[in-house]
This record gives sequence, structure tokens and C-alpha cells, in this order.
Amino acid sequence: MTPTPPAPALVEPDRVHGSLYTDPEIFEQELTKIFESTWVWVAHDSELPKPGTFKSTYVGRQPVIVTRDRKGTVRTLLNRCRHRGASLCEKPRGEANGFTCPYHAWSYGLDGRLRGIPYPDGYEGVMEKSDLSLRALRTESYGGMIFASYDPDIEPLVDFLGDVAPWIDLFTKQGGGYPIKVLGRHQFTFRGNWKIQLENTTDGYHFPIVHRSWMASVDAETADMMSFMTDPECTTHSLGNGHSVMQMVPEHSDLDADDGTEPLQARFDGLVAELGQAGLDDAAVRRLVRAMHGTGFNLNLFPNVSLSNSFFRVLRPIAVDRTLVEHIAIGPDGPPEIVGPVNRERLRIHEHFQGPFGFGTPDDSEGWERVQRGAQAEPAMPIMVNRGMAREKAAGEGWPTSHVTDETGMRAAYAKWKEMMGDD
Amino acid sequence: MTDLVTGPALATAPPFLADPRVQRAIQLVWHEAALLDAKDYEVWAELYTDDALYVVPIERDTDDFAGSLNMIYDDKRMRQMRVARIVEGYSLSAVDAARTVRTVSRFTVTSVSDTEVRLRSAQVLVSFKRDEHAVLGADLDHVVVLSDGGDRIGGKVIRLLNSDASVNASGYLL
Ligand code: FES
Ligand SMILES: [Fe+2]
Repeated sequence: MTPTPPAPALVEPDRVHGSLYTDPEIFEQELTKIFESTWVWVAHDSELPKPGTFKSTYVGRQPVIVTRDRKGTVRTLLNRCRHRGASLCEKPRGEANGFTCPYHAWSYGLDGRLRGIPYPDGYEGVMEKSDLSLRALRTESYGGMIFASYDPDIEPLVDFLGDVAPWIDLFTKQGGGYPIKVLGRHQFTFRGNWKIQLENTTDGYHFPIVHRSWMASVDAETADMMSFMTDPECTTHSLGNGHSVMQMVPEHSDLDADDGTEPLQARFDGLVAELGQAGLDDAAVRRLVRAMHGTGFNLNLFPNVSLSNSFFRVLRPIAVDRTLVEHIAIGPDGPPEIVGPVNRERLRIHEHFQGPFGFGTPDDSEGWERVQRGAQAEPAMPIMVNRGMAREKAAGEGWPTSHVTDETGMRAAYAKWKEMMGDD
Repeated sequence: MTDLVTGPALATAPPFLADPRVQRAIQLVWHEAALLDAKDYEVWAELYTDDALYVVPIERDTDDFAGSLNMIYDDKRMRQMRVARIVEGYSLSAVDAARTVRTVSRFTVTSVSDTEVRLRSAQVLVSFKRDEHAVLGADLDHVVVLSDGGDRIGGKVIRLLNSDASVNASGYLL
């Protein structure tokens, strides 16, 4: 075994070192230098619909509670009692007035403030309650996407998102005129490094190979919509800060741009009739139905979330060789007679591909585990991310751009990785 | 039968095993388990009636499967496509699926008639793939449709113990 060089040296523009997937020390550094230093997605606005609602999740490997306090402010609090460290909340979601520790009953407000201590006389002259609020992470949101960071001095979220922000705006148009809300989530783990999943979100190259059996099971129109492999219009842009976007169905990127010529898919005939009966005019029906498969692009945000077709894909690093993935289904939030039938249809589309028993996820997952297993064979051998380098151009707003099957998105993510892992 | 009412009430308290209708239903459930472990999916799909739903929900206590996200929500068409996907050889996860052994037991009966038996049972499935054993526990609800022409499954709901936590993507069926 040759000793591994320092982490930043392991990433070159066209290749990365195999130990990026296998070295536990690199993984520990990633938790500190990336997941505990940058903006990490924690929740969608709709998961905290009103004051008192909360969600428990993780930032890196640390458990947090995301709450909406009485004034409507969203907070991200470490899920750790300030007394002796017990976790305060084990419910994934819910509504509460505050959090009372089950061990000795210290109680905290939704804003994290320590409100009550039983038998407080033992603490007289020992400590001030006001010094023992729950540790809060900096929390900001854009377009309903809530992010948290351990770094109080981090750049504002909008700066971190940069050119991503207008893509988030486009993505939310799939509400068809309504806000979007979370409909449910699939969760699975795979035996592999988190970056293998990060890469996959803008990897158009694997699609027809890995998802051949899914392609065979969808109707011709859907398969046709996904015929991006040979279409030069379908491109991937690097958006800065490690973020990227892969456009598989560019004509759906802006769902408000509808010249009315695209026929609606026959599979939605029943839904179209139902929405008509519910009183929607043709334009409103088209808006909802054209959004059924989402926006036709995958927006990959470094390091842990992507907005993909019609869902959020969230990754959580667990160990160097284990990663948890969530597929969070979304749909319009509006009157039940409209969003009921629309979302039932969207749920079926989501189930068809995503989740541990979908027609796509298990095959992706098998592919990722193969990468992890294979990478143990001589980790010093490089992982190639050079596809399309020679045809990469500065397009649009100056974004490095290449074909949808090229590895532009991965190169962007690894360049950011290199930058962050170099900071001491 | 797509109406899978699955409340906890037991219409039939023990002893029910002596009832020949219940015996037929249990026999069919065990036959299904053997077909699934053998990955004999084409024969397995034939056990189901045309209107049967095969569901793996995420929320353990919901009965509104159509209105919520599931891991599997298969009518006949989806079931057939799922079987085609698994057997055709193009799905890398199905080609390399884990081996499984399952036991189905702890039967309770929620209703019995001459045409239909509703059963609840426990399933413990052990899988093995690449040096790793995994255990999946689940409550099963079966609707068994009795008929002289051959008993069929009129619906099945699989409530995994970890359905609302992380469930690993696998190439086999439950
Ligand atoms: S650990 Fe929380 S009150 Fe003691
Ligand atoms: Fe994929």
C-alpha cells in the first residue's frame, strides 16, 4: 500500500483517486470540512406548515430538530439536551409546544430556549438558564428549501446558491399554479460512499443501461420524453459552488412556456376529464398535467440535496461505505378536488421508479454498491470523470456546459470538494 | 377484491384451524411464500385475481393506499410489468437479487365465509447476499378468494416493521 497523499491532491480535473470512496479518514474530514461547514438542506417549508410543527433529521451525522416557532421563524436545533446529552425528540415529524427531555425533564421552547428545570434549587449559584439554550445552527431558506449550517459566519444562503436560485424557481413551477408540498418519502441505504450518489444525479450516461427494464415498462410517450441520450439540445451546466443541472427534457424546463402544441400524454386522459369536471379550464389542466413528470431537469446541489424531476433526493453520509438516501415526493397543495387526483397520479409515477421496490432505484443502488466494491481493488487507481471534457463550452450565463451524458456535473462537484477539503 | 379492510378485530377467535376454509386459505399463503422464495414469479402472479391489489405501504397504519406514497402499489397491470422486469434479465438488481427464506405463521382470522377468508399473519424473511444476512419482519394481510375452480389471492398488504424507516432496495419480492 502506498500512503495516500493529502486529500485535495486526490482530485484532478479529469479524475479522482479511488480512495475518495474507501478511506475512513477522508470521510471523517468530509464531515468536518464539508457537512459541518457549508449549507446543508434540512427540510421543505411544507414539512413545517405552521408554528409548533417540527421535523427531526441530521446535518452530517449530527441529529437536529427543525422547528417553526410561535412567530413562524424556522430554527435548526441540535437534538441534544444541554444537561447530560439525551436526545430530546425521537419522532420524525410532529407538532409540539416545546421539547421536554425524557431523562430529568429539562424543558425547552420551540426556539431552543431552556424554559424549565425541575427542583431548580440545586442549580442556584451554579449556572444561568439563559446560558443553556439548545445549540442552534444558522438557518436560511430559499424558494421553500430550508438549509442549515454549523458555521455562523458562512456566506448568506442566496450567495451559496448563486445561479441555482432561478432553477429552484423553475422547479417549483411544477405546482401548476399552486405551492408545492411534500407528499411522502422513500428511504433506503446503500453500501457505498455518499459521493457515488452525488455523482449519479447528473449522470445521464448510465440511464439507458441501468434503467433498461424501467424504460421497457413505461408507455412510448414517456420513453420518448426520456430520449435525451442522442439529443444535442440536452445539456448539463455547471452552476458554480459545486452545483450543476442536467436537462433531460429541455422543453419542460420552464413549464410556463407552453405554446399549446404538445399533446398531453394519453395515460392522463382520465385525469384531464376529472379536472375538467372539477371546473378547471384547459390552460389550468395543461399546466398541471404537463408538470406530471416534473421539470425534466435534475438540479444537483452540493453536498446533499437534488431537485430531480418531481421529487427531492436527499443524501446523508453514515459511514465511508454507507449512505442513506431519501426520495421525497412532491405535488401541488390546493383544493382537494384538484390536487387529490393530480397527486394520486404523481404518487403512482413516483412509486414506479423510486423507492426500494421501484423499477429504477434498486438498479441504481446495485450499480452504486458495485462501484464501492470495485473501488477496493487498488484504490489508487483513478475514477474517471473526463467524459465530454473536449466538448465542454461556456454557454448560457458563462456556465461550463456539455452534453447531458457528459461528466460536467461531477467535475463541478469534485472541484468544490477539492476547494473545501483544502481549507484548514 | 380491492377492499382490504385490516382492522385489528378478530372475527374468529381460536380454535379456527379446524375450519376447512381457513385451512385452504393458509395453504395458499404458504404456497405463495414458497413461490416467492423460489423466485417463480410468473406462477406467483397467476395466484392473484384480476382485481387484486398488492401493496407495501410506508405508513403502517394507513388504509388509504391510493392517496399515500407506498413502496409498492400494484394492480394487475403493474404486477405483470413488475414480474416481466424481474424475469427478463435486464434489471441488474433482479439478476443479482438476494436469496431469501421466509416463514409465514401466527395466523389470525379476521373473517370467514364460504367464498372468502381474511387472514393476518407474521412473516419473517431472511435474505442473504454477498456475505450479508438481513432480516425483514412484516405483518401480512391476505384476502383469499375461495372457489371450486381454484383458490386465489384477492389482495395482499405487507406492513414491514421498518416501512417508515429505511428499507434497502432489493431485487426480490415480499
Ligand atoms: S439529560 Fe436531559 S434533563 Fe438530564
Ligand atoms: Fe439512475
